[in-house]
Amino acid sequence: MGDEGHRARVQDTQHVTRNTQYGIMKPSTDVGIVGYGAYIPRYRLPATEVARVWKGGEGGLPVTEKAVPGLDEDTLTIALEAARNALARAQIDPQLIGAVWVGSESHPYAVKPTSTIVAEAIGATPHTEAADWQFACKAGTETMQASIGFVASGMARYALGIGADTAQGRPGDALEYTAAAGGAAYLIGPAEESLVLFEASFSYVTDTPDFWRRPYMHYPSHGQRFTGEPAYFHHVTSAARHLMAEMDRTAADFTYVVLHQPNAKFPQRAAKMLGFEREQWTTGLLCPVIGNTYAGAAMLGLTAILDEARPGDTILAVSFGSGAGSDAFALRVTERITERQHRAPKTQDYIARRKEIDYATYVRYRKKLQMQ
Amino acid sequence: MGIARDWRLRSQRYALVGEICDDCGRKIFPPRDVCPYCAEEAQTPFHFSGRGEIYSHTTIYNPPAGFEEFAPYTVALVKLEEGPLVTAQLTDVDPQEIAIGQPVEMVTRKIREEGPEGLIVYGYKFRPRLQAA
Repeated sequence: MGDEGHRARVQDTQHVTRNTQYGIMKPSTDVGIVGYGAYIPRYRLPATEVARVWKGGEGGLPVTEKAVPGLDEDTLTIALEAARNALARAQIDPQLIGAVWVGSESHPYAVKPTSTIVAEAIGATPHTEAADWQFACKAGTETMQASIGFVASGMARYALGIGADTAQGRPGDALEYTAAAGGAAYLIGPAEESLVLFEASFSYVTDTPDFWRRPYMHYPSHGQRFTGEPAYFHHVTSAARHLMAEMDRTAADFTYVVLHQPNAKFPQRAAKMLGFEREQWTTGLLCPVIGNTYAGAAMLGLTAILDEARPGDTILAVSFGSGAGSDAFALRVTERITERQHRAPKTQDYIARRKEIDYATYVRYRKKLQMQ
Repeated sequence: MGIARDWRLRSQRYALVGEICDDCGRKIFPPRDVCPYCAEEAQTPFHFSGRGEIYSHTTIYNPPAGFEEFAPYTVALVKLEEGPLVTAQLTDVDPQEIAIGQPVEMVTRKIREEGPEGLIVYGYKFRPRLQAA
């Protein structure tokens, strides 16, 4: 198929962009983010350690280092700390949270929700909806899209959308350099209480087999270079272009941009393709120092931006999940941000809390040793 | 430990929910049927802040069954801001970084797993306090 197929897709995208039948998603009632929270584990594995063990110290490095969860951490503990930080910023009664949703590809149980444990621990039970979501790295922003609808429709005053992961890469695989751990939580609520407003959003999905993991398999498989053009770049840029076109905006209309970040190179190249400049993406580009936190990646980039944002700033956030799809959000920061930024640890506080480990310790922490 | 007992203890384990004595006003953790200070019954639930400081500590190199994967780990007596002394593991800290009087905060972490097919038990641990900037 090659170039011909690519051209057909591009033409199709342009067609969709002009066709208002596929309009952007904008609820009839304005909603926004009332509180947000980040969490990144303390341990860091330098990419040079992976190269030392598997490549004789040779070859390019996709990131500087990645965040590794401690022995007592998993997606639940990460989701919960991010949720507590979101609630510390929002300062609302947790009994008013009508939905607790956790998106991840590394839920601790195959069957038993992560979300009910989060809901119990933050005091949202029992009068609440709870569910775990799955869509590779897009699982977290899915919970945000659904939360917008849940709150705007009046079904709940607040909904908590969380993306968190403890991603695994096969030893020696390209993903081992980047597969990291971290998460972010967003409490969605009424516009009049929000520190950021959702101006509009858009979702773009196709059946694209770039990355997958079958049941009972410990490590994922991927389509090597197929993960680039037809998967990441096509979906991220299509979602972003459609949202911007429908809103009659260009890259210059946004203060910040944050894209899903599987490595340091992809999001910067995609941002350039969309017309953004370096100063718009550096604040939200965390992958070089924490790796790819999967469902947490775009959402953590957004928390890093919100930590620095000022009233009136505009943000374009676009996730990507293999399989494949992207959620794009246009956000506008309100005057409430300044009083809430300091109520919980910032994303950069977690990045600065750093203990470097070697490959052997990493192997122990990630349970790659066969003990019996 | 059985499923039912872990389940009954979830509020205190996940969120440090103790009690405040309706009679003498003292804060109690863990919650119990009778106030240990004045012997009155029927206390009111109370959410502890999770902030405290290290009263004493020791590092475990020969752990009991079920905790082998975490060794070496440090167990501390933590004096909560509200008064009670709580025994708990410390996390996200190296043993040589720990000092008596050090400010700590509660986090919810994995305590143990009931084997590869059993439940994962979560509960409170403490770590050096990460100040909100």
